Amino acid sequence: MAQIIGLPKLSPTMEEGVLVRWTKKEGDKVSPGDLIAEVETDKANMDFNIEDEGVLLKFLVKEGDTVKLGAPVMILGKAGEDISELTAQASSVDAAPAPSPAPKPERSAPTTKPPPIAAKDGKPASQPIQKPAAVTAPPTEKPASARPAPKSEGARVLASPLAKSMAIELGIDLRNVTGTGPGGRIVERDVKAASEDGQELGADRAQAADRKPERDDDDVDAKTTQAIAIRTPRQPPDPDTEYTDVTASNMRKRIAVRLTEAKRDIPHFYLQRQVDAAPLLAFRGRLNELLGDRGKVSVNDLVIKAAALALRRVPDCNAAWVGEAIRKFHQVHIGVAVAIEDGLVTPVIRNADQKGIGSIAAEVRDLAERAKHKGLKSHEITGSTFTISNLGMFGIERFTAILNPPEAGILAVGAVMDAPVIDLEHGTVVAGKRMTVSMSCDHRVIDGALGAKWLQAFAELIEKPELLAL
Amino acid sequence: MAIISYREALNQAMREEMERDENVFIMGEEVGYYNGAYKVTQGLLQRFSERRVIDAPIAEMGFAGIGIGAAMVGLRPIIEFMTWNFSLVAIDQIVNNAAKLYQMSGGQYNVPIVFRGPGGPAVQVSSQHSQSFESYYAHVPGLKVVMPSTAYDAKGLLKTAIRDNNPVVFIEGETLYNSTWEVPETEYLIPIGKSDVKREGKDITLIAWSKMVWTCMDAAKVLADEGIECEVVDLRTLRPLDIDTVADSVKKTGRAVIVEVGWPVAGFGAEVAYQVQKLCMDYLDAPVDRVTSDDVPMPYAKNLEDEVQPQIKDVVAAVKRALYLE
Repeated sequence: MAQIIGLPKLSPTMEEGVLVRWTKKEGDKVSPGDLIAEVETDKANMDFNIEDEGVLLKFLVKEGDTVKLGAPVMILGKAGEDISELTAQASSVDAAPAPSPAPKPERSAPTTKPPPIAAKDGKPASQPIQKPAAVTAPPTEKPASARPAPKSEGARVLASPLAKSMAIELGIDLRNVTGTGPGGRIVERDVKAASEDGQELGADRAQAADRKPERDDDDVDAKTTQAIAIRTPRQPPDPDTEYTDVTASNMRKRIAVRLTEAKRDIPHFYLQRQVDAAPLLAFRGRLNELLGDRGKVSVNDLVIKAAALALRRVPDCNAAWVGEAIRKFHQVHIGVAVAIEDGLVTPVIRNADQKGIGSIAAEVRDLAERAKHKGLKSHEITGSTFTISNLGMFGIERFTAILNPPEAGILAVGAVMDAPVIDLEHGTVVAGKRMTVSMSCDHRVIDGALGAKWLQAFAELIEKPELLAL
Repeated sequence: MAIISYREALNQAMREEMERDENVFIMGEEVGYYNGAYKVTQGLLQRFSERRVIDAPIAEMGFAGIGIGAAMVGLRPIIEFMTWNFSLVAIDQIVNNAAKLYQMSGGQYNVPIVFRGPGGPAVQVSSQHSQSFESYYAHVPGLKVVMPSTAYDAKGLLKTAIRDNNPVVFIEGETLYNSTWEVPETEYLIPIGKSDVKREGKDITLIAWSKMVWTCMDAAKVLADEGIECEVVDLRTLRPLDIDTVADSVKKTGRAVIVEVGWPVAGFGAEVAYQVQKLCMDYLDAPVDRVTSDDVPMPYAKNLEDEVQPQIKDVVAAVKRALYLE
């Protein structure tokens, strides 16, 4: 019996993906676990492994197409099976819920309404965004398999009683959890997955916002694309101003949604502190001297280690607001913001407090390198409990960062600057090294004094860097 | 501990209780000189004489009624049905007299009687001799219904049943008579109305009794190889039902499958399913499921006989459904 296969959830926060490349051809036989395609998600390029056995009878999307989570991507069955009905079904699922989002010529000048995705010259700047297979789950014989069935807007959330109990306990909004049970029922494992993926919190809020009915907005795009960024009202530009709208990549959209959510919903406050960086530079110099050509330690690597140890000393800052509770993490996983083309990712150094400086350095280098090629796996970019963003290498003296939900703290690290420093012993002004760090805190979790205590611990570790080796 | 058969365990239970209490006697077809159609009463005639081990004519209604009368006036009869299939001609005595006299006499008459014999499908004895009656009797207030799955449980429960002042329907597994189990050499009793966790697991609760306990245990082994840990709860007693043990287990695992060899419609598993959903609603991750025999009279042909009864693969499939694995 042939069946339609929908796009599976390949990263914890993905809502759609770009089918980058089919690695199999129509007509190929596949067994469970076979790699059949590469999919660009909001985070990275992910492998799409098939979970069933059969013959790939028909691809329903082309390479380069953007596909909503759960939307049909292919038909799997036995060789020679009649799939005309399924093909029709798949295309009706695809097309039925909405008219084509293709750009209309008269809309080429933006209005306050979200513009269609188009360049000014009227050519589509990207593939039209496909409609999700909302309303109905992908019509298959075996709805119980792991193909996610996205919930339609306003539809009743189907969840097992256990899943509901767990969601209440864990403070998880079931509307944002993808059900993998029959008919898209949310079952225990789905809630567990959502809970284990701390990142879900932020994403959930984004999705919840997405689902708010927008009756005054008849533009189909706005309802179905990740809307926050797109929905932001824009002033009609001066008619003489020329411009190009560049379609946002998945990553860009995700960044837009998450950061808007984070900045809007989390009560941020900021603590700044200047630390004496001279001992740190000396320490780093000594380490690199010892390492020779076996590697290199950066200031940031030492900052990661110092932050991790400071979190051990002040564990209340290693926490997250989860609705009715403050979740205190037992491990220290440091996210390190890495700039990549068109965005940023935050690979995670797990148990950074327990790792040596050398291995942190090596790990950061490896992750950053692979991040540049979108080669990070989902587990390498999720689960951090505290994040560090460092713009020192760009000469930025100080800045403040937006929290990375659900974490309660993020440290923005500025450049080490030459500064006049008062030598208390001699009462003279001498040349010194100073670094300014700014901690953004979620006030629901961290109060001023607590944040200050953490910064104090951090400063001590930086100013007496031998402590980092202990 | 001695390893003895289920048959021997039952024999020991009756022998010990007859030694202990001279009011206990056995009556049934072929229980004396033939030593029982299934040899469960082996040697009892020799030991206790015709006065206490009585061969009855082929008249279940008659000797069931005589037993009830004897119980009302102070004796403790054990009425053996050659199989529970033949109890149907005596069901009026069991349901209308044994079960009700205590209540209808305003507590003047106890009916301390045990009706026992093999039940459940046997091997190639066809429709009329291969069926399960526990759901019939468990339906009736005033009766206790006991269905042990091991020699250990059989002995301890039969001794308790004989001492019970109420009528007890004691249904033995016809295909379990030769199965062996460790049984203490010293005396022990097992209370009626207490389930037993035969295997511990965290992923799903399998609920069964009598022979199906072993189908569940075998399925649990298969599933363990796939990393699925089944908890197997042996009800042992259907009435009164120890639902607490079941509910505790289901609250732990979040899933329940009830396996019974009887028919699906109004089978006892339906009652268990009802109580589980009622008590464990907020803990369930999947619908409570049942595995039963097919809704047909038992065929004679061996292949069909196997086909209609719950097999290991059926239990495995139900477990995977409940875990959303298929």
